[in-house]
Amino acid sequence: MLTGTATYVDDIKMPNMLYAAMVRSPHAAANIRSVDISKAAAHPGVMAVYTGVDIKDVGAIVCGVELPGMRKPHHTVIATDRVYLVGHIVAVVVAKDRYVAADAADLVEVDYDVLDAVGGPEQALAEGAPAVHPQWADNIAFKFEQKGGDTDAAFASADVICKQRMISQRMVANPMETRGCVASWHAADRALTIYTSTQIPHLARTILAGMLGLDENRLRLIAPEVGGGFGCKLNVYPEEAIVSFAAMKLGVPVKWIETRRENFLSTIQGRGHVDYWEIAAKRDGTIVGVKVKIIQDLGAYFQLLTPAIPTLSVLMMPGLYNARNIHAEIVGVFTNCVPTDAVRGAGRPEATYGIERMVDVLAAELKMDPAEIRFKNFVAADQFPFATATGLNYDSGDYANTFTKALDTIGYKKLREEQATARKQGRLVGIGISTYGEICAMGPSPAVAAGGWESATVKVEPSGKVTILTGISPHGQGEETTFAQIAGDELGVPIDDVLVLHGDTSIVQYGIGTFGSRGTAVGGTAVYLALQDIKEKVIRWGSMLLDSNDVRFEGGMCIDNASGKSVSIQTIAAAAYRAMKIPTHSEPGLVATRFWEPGNFTYPFGAHIIHSEIDPKTGQVEIKRYVMVDDIGNILNPMIVDGQLHGGASWGLGQALWEHAIYDDAGQLVTGEFMDYAMARARMMPWIESSHTCTPSPVNPLGVKGVGEAGTIGSTPAMVNSVVDALAPLGVTHVDMPLTPEKLWRIISASQPEAN
Amino acid sequence: MTQTISVTINGKPYTHDVEPRLLLIHYLREVVGLTGSHIGCETSLCGACTVEVDGRAIKSCTMFAVQANGASILTVEGLADASGKMHRVQEGFWNEHGLQCGFCTPGMLMVSKQILDRNPSPTETEIREGLDGNLCRCTGYQHIVKAVQAAAKAGV
Repeated sequence: MLTGTATYVDDIKMPNMLYAAMVRSPHAAANIRSVDISKAAAHPGVMAVYTGVDIKDVGAIVCGVELPGMRKPHHTVIATDRVYLVGHIVAVVVAKDRYVAADAADLVEVDYDVLDAVGGPEQALAEGAPAVHPQWADNIAFKFEQKGGDTDAAFASADVICKQRMISQRMVANPMETRGCVASWHAADRALTIYTSTQIPHLARTILAGMLGLDENRLRLIAPEVGGGFGCKLNVYPEEAIVSFAAMKLGVPVKWIETRRENFLSTIQGRGHVDYWEIAAKRDGTIVGVKVKIIQDLGAYFQLLTPAIPTLSVLMMPGLYNARNIHAEIVGVFTNCVPTDAVRGAGRPEATYGIERMVDVLAAELKMDPAEIRFKNFVAADQFPFATATGLNYDSGDYANTFTKALDTIGYKKLREEQATARKQGRLVGIGISTYGEICAMGPSPAVAAGGWESATVKVEPSGKVTILTGISPHGQGEETTFAQIAGDELGVPIDDVLVLHGDTSIVQYGIGTFGSRGTAVGGTAVYLALQDIKEKVIRWGSMLLDSNDVRFEGGMCIDNASGKSVSIQTIAAAAYRAMKIPTHSEPGLVATRFWEPGNFTYPFGAHIIHSEIDPKTGQVEIKRYVMVDDIGNILNPMIVDGQLHGGASWGLGQALWEHAIYDDAGQLVTGEFMDYAMARARMMPWIESSHTCTPSPVNPLGVKGVGEAGTIGSTPAMVNSVVDALAPLGVTHVDMPLTPEKLWRIISASQPEAN
Repeated sequence: MTQTISVTINGKPYTHDVEPRLLLIHYLREVVGLTGSHIGCETSLCGACTVEVDGRAIKSCTMFAVQANGASILTVEGLADASGKMHRVQEGFWNEHGLQCGFCTPGMLMVSKQILDRNPSPTETEIREGLDGNLCRCTGYQHIVKAVQAAAKAGV
C-alpha cells in the first residue's frame, strides 16, 4: 500500500478482459415504455448490450431479514417495466474499454413515462403521496413495536416529560474505493471466479451462486485489497450478478468499476430517520421511561439488512441508563431513494444520538448539569451483567469511572466557569457530553441475519512459519497485524513469521466477514481458540520428543519441567510433518480449525466531550478541544485502536456538522458528488485527545469488545450537544443536523439581529 | 485518431500513441501499468490520483495524458530509492499508522512529499492545509498528520 503495489479490484487486468458500463435511470419513478439498444449495440467496440429481459433468469436481490408482516419488494438486477429510484439499472453495455462502454451507454435509448416520486420518509406517509410500489398504496413496508416494563405507568408517575423530534439524516458511506468487480468464467469446469470489493466474501459467494444458479463450490469469490467498506460493502449488489452474467455469456472476463457518481446514487446509504422521542423523569433527574417512534426511510427496495437496521436502534435506546420502561415503534417506509442499510454504526448512532440528546434536553428542563444527570442514571458498576429493558445483557462496565476520567481530562468544572465568563462577554461557547454505549462483536448467530460465528485455521508449516486463515475480511481494520500479534504471543514466534490470509473462498474455510465491530472480538477469538488447539498438540509432540510426561510450553519452546531440556516449536513442527514417530492419540501435521460462536454481544462504551465555540458572524463551529475516553475492553494494538477511534470520530462529526444526502421531492439526489457532499478533510478535524479505561469483556477469552464503530457513535451527540449548549443563551433547545454554518447563522441572526 | 506522447515516469522513458481524451490517470494505470495511483472520484476532489508532474503535485484524473507530453512524472511507485529504501514520507506513514484501507495512501504520500518539499518544517496547521485536497475516509487524519510530522523530523 505504501509502495503502490497492493492489488485492488481495478488493478486486476486479464487477457481479453472487457468493460461494463451500466445504463441508469435518470428518474426516481417511471414506467419503462421501451429500451432501444440498437445504436449502442452497433457502436464500434461494443460486444454486447443486455436489458432486463435478457437477464430475467438471474435471481433478484437478496434481503436476509424477515420481520412480521413485512412487505418485501422483488427487485430484479435490471429493471424491466418500471424504475424505482434514480440510478436504477435499465441496461448494461459491455465493450472493449471503459471509454467505449461509457460512450455506448449514452446511446441506449429508454422511453420513460415519468411518475410522481417520493423523496423522503415523511413525504411517503403524507396524505395523497404517490405509491413507491403501486401494490402498496400507503408506502408502509412494516410496523414494529417493542415494549419493556410499564411505560404508561412510568409516564403517569413522572414529574416531567420532555419531547423532541429529531432527524438522523441520510449519510453516504463513501469508502475511498468505490465498488467494483471482475468476473471470469471457465466453461469447462462450470466455474466462475469473481473478484469483488466486499466485506463478506463467503456470504457474497453463497448469495451470488444462488442468484446465478451456480454450484456454490464452483464459485470462487476473492476480495482483494478493499479500499474501505463501512457497511456499504456488506451487501451483494445487482452489478456483481450482471457482470457475472455477462462474463458467462461472453466467455471472457468482464470488469465493472463504479464511478463516484454511481456510488452516490446506487450504493446503500445510512441513517434516514425521523424520530419522535419522549423521556419521563422525576424532579431529581431520575429517568423513569423512554419512548421513541422511528420513521425509517428504507428506500425503494431492500438490500441485505435494510429492514433490520432500525431494530438495532430500538435495542440501544436506553443507552447507559437505568431506564426500565421503554416503548419503541418503528414505521418502515418506502421512498424513491437508494436503500438504507448498515453504515458504520448501523442503527446505534441514531439511538445514541436520540437518548444522549434527550438526556441533555431533560437536564435543561430540570436546570441540572448534564454531567450530574448522567451520573444519576448510569447503570452502576455492580449491576453487571445488566439486563436492559430492551432485552440485551450488557457484559461489563464502569460508566461512572470512565465518565469521571473524561471530565477530569478536560477539566470540566473549570471549563464551565470559563464558559460562564465567555457567555457574559456574549460569546457562544458550548460544552457537549456524550456518554455512549454500543452493541458490538456481532454476534450471537440467532441475532445476525446469516450467522454470527467466525472461523479460523492456524497452520504451523513444517518450517515453523505460521499461516492464519481467517473468515473475517479486514479492509483497513488491521487484523493482519493484530492476529499476527495474537499468534506471536501464544506460540512464541516472531510476528514476521506469521502470515494472515483472508478474503479468498477457495483458500479460507467458510466465514462470515467483517462488520459490526466483530473482527477481533469474534474472528480473533476463533484464531485464539485454534492457537490453543495447536499448543495442545505441540505439547503432545514435545512430550514425545523430550520423552517426558511433564512439559510446559512457553516462549516458543516445549520445556521438560524436570530436566529443563527443551525443543522449539519449529523442531516440533518439522517432526509433526516428517512423522517418523507419532505420539499416542495424535496424528501428523500441525493444523487446527475452529468455529467460534459468541454467547453474547459485547458492549463498549465511553465518554466524549467537545468544547466548541460558534462564530456568530459566520455560524462556523470551531472545535476547541475534543476529549474521548473509550472502554473497549482489552486493547491488543493501541495504535490501531486509536486509528479506528479517530476515523470513527470523523464520521460522527461529519454527521453532526457537514454530511447530508439530500433528495429533493422528485427523488433526485442533490448532494451527489464530493463537491456537494461535505466530508471531513484534514483542516476540518480537531486534534483528538484519546485515552481509555478497561473493563475486559467476559464474553470472549481475549476480553476485547470492538472498536470500529465506537468513535462514530460517541462523537455525534457530543458535537450536537456542544453546539446546542453554545446556543442555549439564545433559548435554543435543539437544532437538527447537520449543523452547517448557514443553519446556525440563521438561528443566531434571528435571535441576535444586532450581531450582524 | 491518436497522438504520440513521450514522458519520463519514475526516471524511465515511455512513448505511446494515445487518444487525446485519455486521462493521465488511465494512461498511468492502464497503458503504462502503474496501478499505485488510484481513482476515487474522477473530479479532482479526493486526491487519490495525485502524482508529481515536473515537480508539482497534480490530480491526474483531471489532466489528459497528451498534456503531459514531454513531462517528467513521479508516481508512488517511484518514491522509494533505487535500492528499495522507502522515502521518509513512506517511513512516516509506516511508523505512525498513517493508513488503514490504503486506498487514499498513494495520493496522501505524494501530497505529503510536496508539503515537505515546499516547507521542510510545517506546523500542524500547515500540514492540515496541505492535506486538504486529499480525502481519507478511514483515519480521521490524525495519524496522517503525525506521519508527515515524523517525515519532517526525519528530513532535518
